[in-house]
Order: sequence, then C-alpha cells, then structure tokens
Amino acid sequence: MSRLNRDDVLKLARLSRLRLSRQEVESFASEISAILDYVETLDKVDTQGLKPTSQVTGLINVMRRDEIIEYRAKPVDLLSGAPSTEENQFKVKRVIE
Amino acid sequence: MMSGWAKISDIAANVRQGGLQASENIKSSLQKISELDEFKAIISTMDQRALERAAEIDTKISKGQDAGRLAGVPFIAKDNFLTFGGETTAASNILRGFKAPYQATVIDRLEAEGAVCVAKANLDAFAHGSSTENSDWFTTKNPHDKSRVPGGSSGGSAAAVVLDMAPFALGTDTGGSIRLPASFCGAVGLKPTYGLVSRSGVVAMVSSTDVIGPLASCTADAAIVLDVMSGQDDLDGTTIQRDKLSYSDLQGGLLGKKIGLVKEYMEEGISDGVRQCILEAVEKLKAAGAVVNQVSLPSLPLALAAYYIVCPAEVSSNLARYDGQKYGYSYAGAKDLDESYEQSREIGFGAEAKRRIMIGTYVLSSGYYDAYYKKAQLVRTKIINEISAVFENHDLLVGPTSPTTAFKIGEKASNPLAMYMTDIMTVAANMAGNPAISLPAGISDNLPVGIQLIAPMRGDRQLLIAAKAFEDLK
Repeated sequence: MSRLNRDDVLKLARLSRLRLSRQEVESFASEISAILDYVETLDKVDTQGLKPTSQVTGLINVMRRDEIIEYRAKPVDLLSGAPSTEENQFKVKRVIE
Repeated sequence: MMSGWAKISDIAANVRQGGLQASENIKSSLQKISELDEFKAIISTMDQRALERAAEIDTKISKGQDAGRLAGVPFIAKDNFLTFGGETTAASNILRGFKAPYQATVIDRLEAEGAVCVAKANLDAFAHGSSTENSDWFTTKNPHDKSRVPGGSSGGSAAAVVLDMAPFALGTDTGGSIRLPASFCGAVGLKPTYGLVSRSGVVAMVSSTDVIGPLASCTADAAIVLDVMSGQDDLDGTTIQRDKLSYSDLQGGLLGKKIGLVKEYMEEGISDGVRQCILEAVEKLKAAGAVVNQVSLPSLPLALAAYYIVCPAEVSSNLARYDGQKYGYSYAGAKDLDESYEQSREIGFGAEAKRRIMIGTYVLSSGYYDAYYKKAQLVRTKIINEISAVFENHDLLVGPTSPTTAFKIGEKASNPLAMYMTDIMTVAANMAGNPAISLPAGISDNLPVGIQLIAPMRGDRQLLIAAKAFEDLK
C-alpha cells in the first residue's frame, strides 16, 4: 500500500544523490510503488522467534595484521582515474561552507 | 555450436606437451569472436595482452617449464571482473573507458595456471537484470534465436560459450545470473557455495549473495575452473575454506542418491514444455538409481520478495562509490559538490540502477528499515531453516532453472516487476548461499531448457558429481 508521490520520489532522489528529470520522477513513482506493493507480501509471513540473517558463511571477526603490505596497486595507479588530484590525494569541491 | 573446443583438461595437456600452441588457441578464439559479432556477446577484446601472454606460455613450454593446469586455455570474463589489458565497464556508462588499476583475484589465479583472458562479455549494467537488455551497450542475442534474449545478467558469457568463442566464461550469480542465461542458451552454469570463490576485484552488487562461477559446455570443464579459482583469499574477508579434495574428482554417480523434486517449482506458471523436460529428466535420474520424491518448501516462493528488498538495499550501498570523484564518469560543469555527485550519477547510471538505488534507500530509511529490510532478513532465516531441514534426509534438490524458455527481446523490458519474476526459481539458492547448477535438459519449441540441481552448503563436490552423472545419462 505504498503509493509514492512526487515528493517521496524527490526525497529518495536527494538521499541517493540523483538529479532526476521530471519524466523520471513520474515513471519511477509508479514503478517503485508497484515493486513495493509486491515485496510487502512479506508482511503476512510468520517470522516469530527467528533472528535476521545478514550473512550466510557464519564467519566472525576475520582479522588481518595492522601493517602496510605490498598491495596489488600503487597509490599513483589508484588515483589515475580521478578527474582531479593533488599531492597524492583526490581533490573535490568545497565540502563545508 | 557447442562444442568446437576439446575438454579444458585435454586442451591444456595438449599445450603442455607441445602438440598445440597457446597462440593458436588465442587466435582461434579472437577470430571466432570477430566472426560472430552479430550476436553482440562481447563488449571488448584484449588482443594485445592475450597474444603476449600466449607467447609467454609457448616460450615456457619450449623451455620445458610448467605452464599450469589451464595452459593456453582462452576464456572470456563478464565485464564486471576487473582485468588488465583493456577496459572494465560493468556495461554501464558510468564506467565507460575505465581502466582497472588491479585485477580480480580469480583472474590472477586463472592466469597463474596458464589460462588467457581474451575478451569481456556483455551483461545487464551492474548485473541488474535477467536478459542483458539493461546493458548500456547493446542486447546480446540468444544463439538459438536472435529475436530472443540470452537471459541475464551473464547473458554475454552464456552466449559466448554456446557460440564456441572460448571453452569457458566467467559470470556472477546474485539472484540467478549464471544459471538463468545458462538455461536459456543451453550451457552449463555453476553457482558455487557463497564464499567459496573470492569476490575481490569483481564489481560488487549484493554483497551478501554475490557469487562468481564458470559457464562451460560440460560439467568437467566447470569443475576444473572452480578448482583453480576457489579457496580462501586474504583480500576477501567473506571467503570460506575450500574442500580439501579436488572439485575435478567427479566419480560417484547417482545410485542411492536421495533427490527432492521441489513441488513449488513445478506449479502453475511453468510452461508445458519445461515441465515435460524436467519430468523426463527425473525419470532418467530414477533409472540411474536415484530415489526421487516430491518435497514441499513453502517458504521458497517468498525468496523473490525477500531478494527484491535485500538486493536493492545492498545495491544502494555498493553503488554509492560511483560519485564522480575517484574514477568513472564525472560531470564537468558542476558548480558545487552536490551537483557533481547528482549529475555524475544521473547521467552515468541507467534506469534500472537508479530504480534499485532508490528502492534500496527507501527500505533502509528510518521508519521503514524494520518493516522491509529486517523483515526480509527474517524471511531469509525461514528459507535457510527450511532448506537445511530438507537436506537432513536428501542429498540434492531438483527443479527447473526457469519457468519458461528464452523470452522475446522487448517482451518484459518495460515491466520491471515482470522481469524480476524470471528469477523465481533461482533466488532461493542465493538467499541461503547454497551451491546450484543449471544443466541442459532438452529442448522445447527449439529452445533450450535448463534443469537445476541444488546441494547443501559447501556441497559443491557432491553437486558436480551428480551433475556429471546426469550429463553422462544422455
């Protein structure tokens, strides 16, 4: 029962850092509503007494030594795709006004 | 088609003995790719690097050095595997032109055994899809009928194998994306146990279900590739210990094996042709000495709804990195950081990626998290418990991979929910982590039908043994 309206979609777009077009806002509103209607069928499922599963391996606290290793790529390689870099760092526009 | 190549172990043996040149194999593969461009299975080839590596292998052989278990065997990687020698795009405009600074662990492991990556296969962008129609490049055509989809998201990989472009291809299976295209195209598609194969260097989609696996023309080939790739990796904290025995040791057969035919997978919605093929396959399993009975797993149909909550949630998190600041498409005219983020992503991402990111954002947001994401993870536990219970007195589960054969290009493209339904039989194995395989099981209306076998967690060897035995029943 989730009819998303224009404002709902714009809020989601903002959180998702997407600048949607007007047409997209409309089409996504109905498409996403339909999908949410479908997944809401889980409401009726009895899950009393169960714990949520977040991962299926059963692994816990997979650790490694806190030391610098010869990783597979050098910093210069990892920076090579960026639009702007300075002194071995990714350069971005002002974050704090 | 299928299969102009000898078995992988035979190709490698021949190369090691000097009877066949790695360079010849690589040239054959590249030529085949070029000849069959009309099927649009391939996004890019890496001719230079592939030929250089092949030459290195041939030199090693001439010096009497060990060239590896997969010496001179060409393969194709889905374009969400980071590789040297070309671009890695994930079939998304946001990564068009992206050159990976490192390779996936599995690519390194395959290369260490002498295999040579020759090309990158088409996929639905970011692996979001069941048909390759969401690729920002083109839609791959089903090798059996060019008006139909090859399945997805590893559609390019499945088509490439069936078209004999290489003896094997790599895919990823998050909700069915290896098994479904294997079923639609008539290939063998293996989804190993979650955690068995390192995901380091593979573009992340749903971190709790993503799995890497091979597509090939026979079980033995899929098995040897798994054997080379699998095993714990320090670069992927979710990897588990592999079986001590080789996955290539496929002796065992079907005698006495207890197999459960999943009732919920044989109900309405499956086509008569598919039902027929599966029932015939079940008779063959019985004739080989397996004990097959019907089992009911009522929570299995819930897996699809649970998946379409968990999947977009984890996708929204994994796609946050594509922000135009570190790599990939960056919007040039941004006035401020927000505009840089928002326009880079708006222009770079396709519609399905945006849909999933927003649904994921919604189901994880404050006030909705419990009703959606937490609920889905509780249902996930229910599914896992039910599957574990049935495996207490069964060795395997069986059913179709998909309710129908390959659908027409365009048939479901404008209805996201209808497209999601294609995964109805594959997602449970992803949500629970179990290994599963799709095998060719006949033809319906001139299109391949796939049969799916599912094994207990870490039961990959048993799964492959049963698959080989079924294959040998022809």
